[in-house]
Amino acid sequence: MTTLQRQEVNPIGHLTAEDIEAIGRELDAIRDEVLANRGERDAAYIRKVIKVQRSLEMGSRAVLLFSLFPPAWIVGTAGLSVAKILENMEIGHNILHGQYDFMRDPKIHSTTWEWDHVTPADQWKHSHNEIHHKYTNVVGKDNDLGYGIMRVDENQKWHPFFLAQPLWNFINALFFEYGIAAYDLNLGRNLKSKKRRSDPEFKANVKAVGRKIRRQVLKDYIIHPALSGPSFLHTIAANFTANIVRNLWSHSVIMCGHFPNGVSTFERTSIKGETRGEWYLRQMLGSANISGSKLMHIMTGNLSHQIEHHLFPDLPSSRYAEVAVKVRALFEKYDLPYVTGPLPVQVASAWAKVIRLSLPNRKPTAAPDHSRPPRIPATEPATA
Amino acid sequence: MLSFVGTSSLVHVAVTQTLRNGAWRVVELITTPVVPTDYLDVIAPLRNPNVLRARVEAVHRETANAVTLELRPGRGWRPHEPGQYVRLGVDVDGIRLWRSYSVSSPAGQPSGRISVTVNAVRDGVVSSYLLANARRGMVMNLDLPAGDFVVPSRRPAKSLFVTAGSGITPVMGILRSLVHELTDVVVVHSARTAEDVVFGADLRALAEQGRITLIERHTGADGRLKPADLDMLVPDRFERETWACGPGEMLDALSENWAEAGAAQRLHVERFRPTVLVAGEGGTVTFERSGTTVEAPGGVSILDAGEAAGQLMPSGCRMGICYSCVLPMREGIVRDMRDGTVTTAVEGDNVLVQTCISAAAGPCHLDA
Repeated sequence: MTTLQRQEVNPIGHLTAEDIEAIGRELDAIRDEVLANRGERDAAYIRKVIKVQRSLEMGSRAVLLFSLFPPAWIVGTAGLSVAKILENMEIGHNILHGQYDFMRDPKIHSTTWEWDHVTPADQWKHSHNEIHHKYTNVVGKDNDLGYGIMRVDENQKWHPFFLAQPLWNFINALFFEYGIAAYDLNLGRNLKSKKRRSDPEFKANVKAVGRKIRRQVLKDYIIHPALSGPSFLHTIAANFTANIVRNLWSHSVIMCGHFPNGVSTFERTSIKGETRGEWYLRQMLGSANISGSKLMHIMTGNLSHQIEHHLFPDLPSSRYAEVAVKVRALFEKYDLPYVTGPLPVQVASAWAKVIRLSLPNRKPTAAPDHSRPPRIPATEPATA
Repeated sequence: MLSFVGTSSLVHVAVTQTLRNGAWRVVELITTPVVPTDYLDVIAPLRNPNVLRARVEAVHRETANAVTLELRPGRGWRPHEPGQYVRLGVDVDGIRLWRSYSVSSPAGQPSGRISVTVNAVRDGVVSSYLLANARRGMVMNLDLPAGDFVVPSRRPAKSLFVTAGSGITPVMGILRSLVHELTDVVVVHSARTAEDVVFGADLRALAEQGRITLIERHTGADGRLKPADLDMLVPDRFERETWACGPGEMLDALSENWAEAGAAQRLHVERFRPTVLVAGEGGTVTFERSGTTVEAPGGVSILDAGEAAGQLMPSGCRMGICYSCVLPMREGIVRDMRDGTVTTAVEGDNVLVQTCISAAAGPCHLDA
């Protein structure tokens, strides 16, 4: 079942409406199985990750007090980079999804959590949980398709601006957390007109981001460096490096979620009156996984199980690995393309797309097949 | 001269305060976006001044169905008055559940420890968990002591305690703390058998020392205590300041009996709230802040029902994935419309529920 064999074919052309609803029921059953024994194991897992992360961050920052000495700089920077990655990926992102709300612990809850990121948790939850997860890969609805600065789908209109998108993408990767803050604020759109600029909600959001940036910058570039006294400049460099490493890593992982070859996108009209089965199906075809070791999954915040995450965004991340076995069997049963691959391959695939689509389409894309409404991907899966 | 000293010490205080606040702000920046105490929690969970916790220091089995936990409260604790209860937040299978337990140890122990006695309740999730799993070293969440089931500082000349089953726990706390200050004490306690009497040994010892008059009633053989039985057992009961704790029916009967005798003001009762909520279909949803109430059928989400009734509510994806719509449920019972999961909240729980996929399964009170 390679996508190559079907490149001119709609990947769900062989499914009947009943098939799609049956898929939905099977996925609901998988979800129920997890809910039936969600509990102590999952609570213990997230508490352990938090404890490890906090200890690692404290330890690394303590070592960086002596960052004047190169070995301390290297150890501290490496530790802090890992701590920041864990904090954003396995802890922050997943808690903000409400995956651990079931614990009823106000300290570990989507409504109270704040993360080591310049975008405030509230704004992230709106743009990510509410918009991206609901409208996954719907062209014109899901801004994650290129974040408004890139063209990552043949059906997005080309503009000379996109010629430089490999550069935009690289800059975005380096300063990804700021990119996300701008994205959550919908800056591109909101700065255009005076009316939008002066909207009180927008202004309040900008203020909140400003406050968050100020605190984050003070912490990493003033307070901790000052505490390290003679190592002031070295600690600044260390913290800057850790932030860049975290940005590059999370950007790479996130790019692998929806941009690699084989992932489908959808037309705005295709989601009218979407059923639960159809919504599930869109998540199945619109996401891509990363294969790898257990450590790899933890470091990606289990976004390496992007397909499972999109199907069940509020199940604890610690369960995606076991869920993946069942989900993959379901893909095979219904002959659907389960897109996955090792990180370097997926990153290369996503970058290749960013580079390829910086140019206008070589040939007009085949018109989407409207003979079988409803749920037709807007593009056929691209060739590998 | 005096005023000079006064001003300088005021300035001194103000300067120290400013310095302290400034230093604290720096510490907060060191740990932002989390608070400094979140790091403290990694090392010393009892030292957190913002989250009151307790460590289990010892576990004593009282009867086959009751266990006493000796707790060391952490920072932020305020000593209890004899007869008061505390709420314990226990993580049962990863989920924090809060239950109230009367303090059964004497007040003002030099060790600073308190004891609560947990009696197994039928289908009681928390009590059965604690009976099976409570161990020394366990850390649980704790609330400040509360309740007005206490003896006034002007001690009564004659007192009576009527208890049944686990209702003895607050009374034991009172007796252990105050029995020396009370002169004429009668305790009427009901339990199924002699072996089932929690604190049986302590009570009988107090009786032997002549500190209390103990009347044990074993309901397995003698049947349940009725107010009329007290005519014989405690003829002067309406003259006594009386504290009663036990099952609701017993308390109702006593209240009625005391009221008829015109002695209602002498009777103090403590009810252990039943936490059994049965899931039905639909229910009345009350938005406590706005005062809006709406009859929500079982097939309609609380979000839809609330909006239809004109309640302003947060909302997002409206399909249960984004968690933008969560509201605290103070009391009530809801059903997840996707998978049928039932979530309950008893007073003080404040369980956050996703209103877009939750339907009322009984009366619900939301903090909105």
